[in-house]
Amino acid sequence: MANVPADLKYVASHEWIRTEADGTVTIGITDFAQEQLGDVVFVELPEADAEFDADAECAVVESVKAASDIFAPIAGKIIAVNEELVDAPEKVNEDPYGEAWFFKMEVADAAALDALMDADAYAAACEG
Amino acid sequence: MAKRTALYAKHLEANAKMVDFAGWDMPIHYGSQIQEHNAVREKSGMFDVSHMTIVDINGSDATDYLQQLLANDVARLQEKGKALYSAMLNQDGGVIDDLIVYKTDNGYRLVVNSATRTKDLEWMERNLRGFGNLSLTERPELAMLAVQGPEAISKVKLVKPEAATAIDGLKVFQGRSQANWFFARTGYTGEDGLEIMIPEAEIADFWQALQEADVQPCGLGARDTLRLEAGMNLYGNDMDETISPLQAAMGWTIAWEPTDRAFIGRDALEAEKDAGVANKLVGLVLEGRGVMRSHQKVLVDLGNGEQGEGEVTSGTFSPTLQNSIAMARVPKATGETCHVDIRGKQVPARVIKLPFVRNGKKVYE
Repeated sequence: MANVPADLKYVASHEWIRTEADGTVTIGITDFAQEQLGDVVFVELPEADAEFDADAECAVVESVKAASDIFAPIAGKIIAVNEELVDAPEKVNEDPYGEAWFFKMEVADAAALDALMDADAYAAACEG
Repeated sequence: MAKRTALYAKHLEANAKMVDFAGWDMPIHYGSQIQEHNAVREKSGMFDVSHMTIVDINGSDATDYLQQLLANDVARLQEKGKALYSAMLNQDGGVIDDLIVYKTDNGYRLVVNSATRTKDLEWMERNLRGFGNLSLTERPELAMLAVQGPEAISKVKLVKPEAATAIDGLKVFQGRSQANWFFARTGYTGEDGLEIMIPEAEIADFWQALQEADVQPCGLGARDTLRLEAGMNLYGNDMDETISPLQAAMGWTIAWEPTDRAFIGRDALEAEKDAGVANKLVGLVLEGRGVMRSHQKVLVDLGNGEQGEGEVTSGTFSPTLQNSIAMARVPKATGETCHVDIRGKQVPARVIKLPFVRNGKKVYE
């Protein structure tokens, strides 16, 4: 069974969202997603300062098996990207909620965070 | 419900992720496809290939029949146990399937793909006309295990010492039977190893013994990256009924001599050769970042400002080379470089002669 930490928010396209103390958010892909993808071999990250609408394609993750888009789970601006993932994409399989964060965003509308799925809702969505 | 091989329970025990493959419930990997791939390049791995179709062709007309049915010539099989890789063509010279044929006591044994089983058997039966003394017998009671890698043969002999008499001295593309087992020094990985046909009831114990001897269970995922590195075609990706073997790097498998052997598809292939073969199958090594995938467009500079176009037939990330590699069908005049359209970006790639890897080592320049 895939690990779904209770303190994170989720979207149906399998990104997780962690709200930091300063109100910014950190985003990665879930344990369920990495398991479905299999061995990750390539990650393409967004540019810093780029702005995205919610659900916009903003990054790519490729496994041996297939390429998959990563979507901005919420509208906002990219303030940091995890360059280390580019050289060590296998971290997405090894530590999806820790070292393998993809990018950080400044959220356009903090209220939008409340509309995201909690761990129970996401776990149920994965079952279905 | 999907069909299951005699190793189904063993796959689940080994934590396989199962997928549907041509109506069979098969393992795609057992945790990490890359680790499985590396085990075969460096030590040994085993693949359940029991889903493949085995057909015995016996009778005094068997040789004549196969000389008409196959583009390669079974008369080249001088000794019992020798094997040949061949295409089975339609009248237009398109590839119905690729297969291995072994010479046996009373005739021949064919191993064909599982995804093409129904149409292969129909085609083989349709072409029985005119041959009186001939029988086609499918052998679903035989399971098959591929044990591959530099340590594969020693591992098999370790867990089944009595097999040494059958295995020792086998040349590449040669097989020998022992009791109800058949050991062939063939494979689909570019490494040394065996493909072993085993009565269904006996394969699970053999699998267990190999697993205890540290032979890595490998799924269809690793099978695909290994064969791609080895430059071996996958039916349905790299060739099909619309593609002639001349455009699929299979020219070496066509036996043109003797010139009076009228195999099915011969006329079409000769006409194609006379007119000039339009495309060739080559290897691509990506120079930039990304992963090539089948059906991506290949852009080729043919000189004099002329642009040509090809297509990736199989693409992946190569665990051995740590880079994306692909097989692609491109215009005959393609030189040493091209660009591949990867998700809207044109990424440069080198064109090489297949294969990429043999016996654990990079082989192209």
